[in-house]
Amino acid sequence: MKKILSVKNLSVSFDTYKAEVKAVRDVSFDLHEEETLAIVGESGSGKSVTAQSLMRLIPMPPGKFVGGSILFNGEDITQKSEKQMESIRGKEIGMIFQDPMTSLNPTMTIGKQIAEGLIKHHSMAKKEAYNRGVELLKLVGIPTPEKRINQYPHEFSGGMRQRAMIAIALACNPKILIADEPTTALDVTIQAQILDLMKELQKETGTAIILITHDLGVVANAAHRVAVMYGGKIVETGTVDEIFYNPRHPYTWGLLGSMPRLDNHDEELKAIPGSPPDLADPPKGCPFAARCPYAMKACGSHMPEYYELSSTQKTACWLLDERAPKVEPPEFANVGGSKVNG
Amino acid sequence: MGKYILKRIGYILLSLYLIITATFVLMRLAPGSPFASERRIPPALEQQMNEAYGLNDPIHKQYIEYVVNAFTFDFGPSFKFVGQEVTDIIFRSFPYSLVLGLEAMFIALGIGVLLGVIAAIRHNKFSDYIAMVIAVLGISVPSFIMASILQYVFAIKLEMFSVARMESFADTILPAVALATTPLAFIARLMRSSMLDVLNSDYIKTAKSKGMSQRVVTYKHGLRNAMLPVISYMGPLIASILTGSFIIETIFGIPGLGSEFVTSITNRDYTVIMGTTVFFGILLLFSVLIVDLIYGLIDPRIKLTAKGGEK
Repeated sequence: MKKILSVKNLSVSFDTYKAEVKAVRDVSFDLHEEETLAIVGESGSGKSVTAQSLMRLIPMPPGKFVGGSILFNGEDITQKSEKQMESIRGKEIGMIFQDPMTSLNPTMTIGKQIAEGLIKHHSMAKKEAYNRGVELLKLVGIPTPEKRINQYPHEFSGGMRQRAMIAIALACNPKILIADEPTTALDVTIQAQILDLMKELQKETGTAIILITHDLGVVANAAHRVAVMYGGKIVETGTVDEIFYNPRHPYTWGLLGSMPRLDNHDEELKAIPGSPPDLADPPKGCPFAARCPYAMKACGSHMPEYYELSSTQKTACWLLDERAPKVEPPEFANVGGSKVNG
Repeated sequence: MGKYILKRIGYILLSLYLIITATFVLMRLAPGSPFASERRIPPALEQQMNEAYGLNDPIHKQYIEYVVNAFTFDFGPSFKFVGQEVTDIIFRSFPYSLVLGLEAMFIALGIGVLLGVIAAIRHNKFSDYIAMVIAVLGISVPSFIMASILQYVFAIKLEMFSVARMESFADTILPAVALATTPLAFIARLMRSSMLDVLNSDYIKTAKSKGMSQRVVTYKHGLRNAMLPVISYMGPLIASILTGSFIIETIFGIPGLGSEFVTSITNRDYTVIMGTTVFFGILLLFSVLIVDLIYGLIDPRIKLTAKGGEK
C-alpha cells in the first residue's frame, strides 16, 4: 500500500509563562492508504497535539514546531503558508472532533455547514452542494436527510451530530480522516455504531484514518496499526495483533492491564501508579521510567532507542537490550486469548 | 409566532397597568401639588383650580379616570402649562429624543462591536489594549463630563459644531456621541469577552478544519454567535439611552422628552407625568419585545412559542 503521510521526528512545543511545554517530542510514524492507525495514550500524552499538528490547527503562538517534518504527498506541511493550508484542510485532510455537542456551529444549519467546504474546495454551486449534502447525510445513515439538512444542530441527538460531523469531514473526499476521540462523548451503543460507520465508509472511500483514542476497546475494534504514546513520545508501535498479543513495553502492559475485561469479574483493575511526567521539564531518559516497575538505572538517564521486533513492531525500551534482564509481561497484560471489552 | 406576539402584547398591557397604578400612587404620596409654588395663591383660588382639574373628586374616582385616560392615550391638558395638551407635548418633544437615541444606539452598537471584535482577534496585542483603554475610559467617565469635554474640544476650540443648538443634523452629533459613550464601552467589553469565548470554541476549530479562511471563520461562524449576549443587552440599553438622555438634553439644550419628563415631576404636573410615563412604558416594553424577536431570529435554539414563552 502506498504511503501517503510520513511524520518524521516531529516536535511541537507551547510557550507558557512558566516554561516551554514540550508536548510532542521526536515523534515519527507513517500512514498508508486505506489503513487505520490508532494513536493511544492517556490524557496529556501528546496524541491530540500530534493530530492537530497534522492540520496545523495548533494556535501559533503559543504553539510552535520545534523540529521535524510532516510529509504529505511529498510536501512538508510544517513549511506551508496559512493560505496553502486552507486548500489542504477539509479537502485533503478531514477532521472529526471529540464532542459533537460543541463542535457544530449552533446558529448554522447542518446543510450550510456541509455545503461550505464543498463550495470552497470543489467550487460547487449552492444547489449542487446541498444535493451532495443530502447524499452525504444518507451515506452516514441519517434518516430523512432532505428534511434534516435544513435543521440546526440542536435538533440532532448526540450520535446524529457525530454522524453529521463525519459527513462534514468526508464531504470533499479527503485522503486522510483524523478522528480525535470520536466516540469519547457518546454512550456505548452509539460508540459501536459510529465505529462501524467509520469502518464502512473507509471501505467505500479508501480514506486513511488516524484514530486518536485512549480506549483500547475502540483500538481493537477499528484499527490496523497502533502507536502507543506516552510523555510526548511514541513508546511502542505495531499492528493491532502485535500490540494486543505481544506487547513489549511496560507502559503498553500497564494500559492493557488497566482495561476492564469481560472474562474476569473478580480481579481489580490494575491501575498504573503515579502520574505522567511534567512536559515543561521532561525527564532525560525514558518518560515512563518513574512509573515503571521494571525501571533500571539506564532508564532514568538515557532515552532508549527503538528495538525492531518485526518489520512492523518497534518498541523503545531498555528491557529489550541484550544487557538487560529478561522480563516477561505480567499475567494481567496478556489479553491475547480473551475478548476485548469494547 | 403570531400567538406568541399576542401573548406578549397581553403581558405588555398588564405591565402598563401596573406601571400606571404605581405611578399614580407615588405621585399622590409625594408632597406638594401642581399649584404649590413660592408665591402662595389664595386658598379660594387653589380650591377653584383643584375643582376645575378634578382633584377634589374622591381618590378612587380619580384613579379610574386616570386608568381610562391612559389606555385611551388621552391625558388631557397640562396642569402647569395652560393650553397645552399632554399628547402635544409628547409628540412635539419625542422626535428629538428619538433621533438622538437612534443615533446614539447606532454609534454604540457599530463602534462597540467593532472595537470588541478587534480586541478579541488581536487578543493581548497592542490594538487589544488600546480598545480596552477606550472601553474603561468610556465606562468610568460620566456622560455629563464627556458632554462638556466634547463641547469644549469640538465646539469651542475646533468650532466644528455648535455648542448647544438643535437645528440641523450636525447639531445632533455631539449629544449622540456623548450619549453613546457608556453603552459603547460596555458593548465593546461584552463583545470582546464573548468573541474570545466563541473563537476558542470547538465549532470554530471545526470551521477551520474545513479549510475556511480566518475571515470566514471569524465573521461567518464567530460573529453571529458572539453577538447573542450583546443583543440581549439591547433591551435594557434602549431603556437607559432613552431615559438617561435627560442630562445630555439639558447640557445641549435639546427640547426632548427626557427633559419634559423630569420637569413634569418637579412641577407635580400630574397629567404630564402620567403621559410621559405611559409613553416611556410602551416604548420600553415594545423594545424589549423586539429585542426578543431579533434574538429568536439569530439563535435558532430559542423558539418563540405561545406555550411557555421562550424555550
